Amino acid sequence: MIEAHHLTKTFKDKKRGLIAAVRDVSFTCRPGQIYGLLGANGAGKTTTLRLLATLLKPTGGSATVAGHDVVAAPELVRTHVGFLAASTALYGRLTAREMITYFGQLNGMDAAAIKARLKVLSAELDMGEFLDRRCEKFSTGMKQKTSIARTLIHDPAVMIFDEPTLGLDVMTARAIVAFVRECRNRGKTVIYSTHIMSEVEKLCDVAGIIHDGRLVAEGTLSELRARYAEADMEEIFVKAVGGEAAIAAALKN
Amino acid sequence: MNWRNLTTVYLKELRDSLRDRRTLLSTIIIPTLVIPLMVFGVGKVMSKVMSQAQGDSSPIMIVGGEDSPGIVAALKAERDPAKNRPVFRVVPTGDYRTAIGDKKIRAAVEIPTGFEAALKTGDAPTVTIFYYEGEIKSGLGQRALEKFFTDLRQKTAEKRLTEHNLPVSLLKPFEVKRKNAAPPEKVGGNLVGGFVPYLIIILCFTGAMYPAMDLTAGEKERGTMETLLCSPVPRVDIVLGKFLMVLTGSVSAMVFMLLSMGTTAFVGGSIMTGSGTTLKVGAAAAKTTVDVMPTVDPMGLFGVLAMVLPVAVLFAAAAFTISLFAKSYKEAQSYLAPMMIVVIMPAVIGMLPGIDLNVKLAFVPILNLSLVCKEMLSGIWHWDLIAIIFGSSSLYAAIALMLAVKMFNREDVMFRA
Ligand SMILES: Nc1ncnc2c1ncn2[C@@H]1O[C@H](COP(=O)(O)OP(=O)(O)OP(=O)(O)O)[C@@H](O)[C@H]1O
Ligand SMILES: [Mg+2]
Repeated sequence: MIEAHHLTKTFKDKKRGLIAAVRDVSFTCRPGQIYGLLGANGAGKTTTLRLLATLLKPTGGSATVAGHDVVAAPELVRTHVGFLAASTALYGRLTAREMITYFGQLNGMDAAAIKARLKVLSAELDMGEFLDRRCEKFSTGMKQKTSIARTLIHDPAVMIFDEPTLGLDVMTARAIVAFVRECRNRGKTVIYSTHIMSEVEKLCDVAGIIHDGRLVAEGTLSELRARYAEADMEEIFVKAVGGEAAIAAALKN
Repeated sequence: MNWRNLTTVYLKELRDSLRDRRTLLSTIIIPTLVIPLMVFGVGKVMSKVMSQAQGDSSPIMIVGGEDSPGIVAALKAERDPAKNRPVFRVVPTGDYRTAIGDKKIRAAVEIPTGFEAALKTGDAPTVTIFYYEGEIKSGLGQRALEKFFTDLRQKTAEKRLTEHNLPVSLLKPFEVKRKNAAPPEKVGGNLVGGFVPYLIIILCFTGAMYPAMDLTAGEKERGTMETLLCSPVPRVDIVLGKFLMVLTGSVSAMVFMLLSMGTTAFVGGSIMTGSGTTLKVGAAAAKTTVDVMPTVDPMGLFGVLAMVLPVAVLFAAAAFTISLFAKSYKEAQSYLAPMMIVVIMPAVIGMLPGIDLNVKLAFVPILNLSLVCKEMLSGIWHWDLIAIIFGSSSLYAAIALMLAVKMFNREDVMFRA
């Protein structure tokens, strides 16, 4: 379960001054559901997810993740969260096994538990062939599989994915999407950010459209289709953020 | 703080660093090779150049001396019996100043008009020797000329005494003899004390530098920092685990240098005492003739190790904090390179003769270490100053470490856009 209440994040930047990356965002993600966070470049997706993963501290508002407050108990939140983003890379000089084992240890697991869990994950993700090779030589697909195993080693209740299919080929992207769906089927709370509309249609139970740091629309896919009288997710997105003009204005900034 | 977390982070960083070529180079390979290279490499080259220079006849010019053919002939005929060759190679007279400057000749001697005649009449003419101050080969030529003319003066004086039926011993009413009174380990301390602290300080810093950059800015650049921050481990444990690895780099650089120094001294001991080129690397060392093999007081060495520890902590924490601020390995390098000068300067000042430890200097980081090491290696123990140095260095180290933890908790440092 993720509950965000009036979440706000403002950055101080030397050149650009104050940047309101996330403004007054409230939403709820339930277990067994995939919440799709939709937004253009710079909309505030990554910042929102980092707030939930306690990598950043909110300047306003609050959030609870898996029952713990992100400000009061960030370490407890992190024990229940698996965070995967394009910016969470692997240690190139470690093998996949060492990498995943390290994160098991960091999550307080003992050697036997790590070994058992790693066996399961490696079978599910078909990693046997490269488990003992160093990550620096991996293909993008192998890297992504290793990263997923890294986020899942401690079997977290909440999964946070920030554009996990970025830069992947169709086959690998499909495998990832299937895996995210699998997480939901096991009853995990999943939040998934993307700007690829087709992924939202295929994957998400609830979608939130974020624009310029604000959550401008939210609902199940059928609710959104009904509200904007559009079937196509892309059209819904354009309407929700205020039409082509708003997109053009956002691009200028 | 949790020891289990800390150890997990530390062991991972240790394994990771042992697979990094740059870190291995700066923490193990260079420290191991630097001393043998300096002693056997530079020392050998230097003594080779020296003996070669001493082996050749000195090219010189004679200015004037047309009416003193006897002296000129004697100069040309002067032989070095030990090396069985002429001492001088007389070059036809020309512009001697330019020739010395261009290193065509080593020195020139001006023989005044009527020199030979003056020797007979008992006048006191002046012979002038021209040379290039500070140039080794020119110095050799100048010394050879000076020896020739002082010998001549001696002989002339003796001749005059015998002519007047006086004993030659009048010239030498007493003898002067020189003998080393310092115990061998103190000689060693002074010779070694000059540059060992200097080397230790530099290696401690370079040993900390590469792991520090790799574990902070390097991780940010490669995108693994965010992955690590996703783990539930408290930030303090991550900082301390990483810091411990940086400290390991610093200490290992020092330990490997000292080990290789011990081995070098052991293996090369006989060679070094034999040729007398022992530790010519230390500037003033060359002039001292050592009639005993210099040994280093092992207590002094232990003292040095103990004193270096807080400074290694300081270096590790400082290098860690500074490179934490950088976004990339390159940026970290550009911050740490100028730091190198800040580190070397006090170390060099400490090497200079004549600067001695006092209460005020005991508070100056790095310089205090360099000075106290020099003292300890030559068997001097100022316990009050040692306490001040250990205390102040530890305090600086603690401050630097606190700063590192603080930086690690700053979002704008960890997630610089
Ligand atoms: N550490 C930071 N310091 C300053 N500004 C930041 C920082 N991180 C993000 N921003 C700014 O906040 C805004 C939102 O950025 P964010 O990365 O959350 O967007 P996003 O929706 O993830 O975009 P993208 O699709 O490009 O990943 C942007 O204007 C960005 O420049
Ligand atoms: Mg993003």
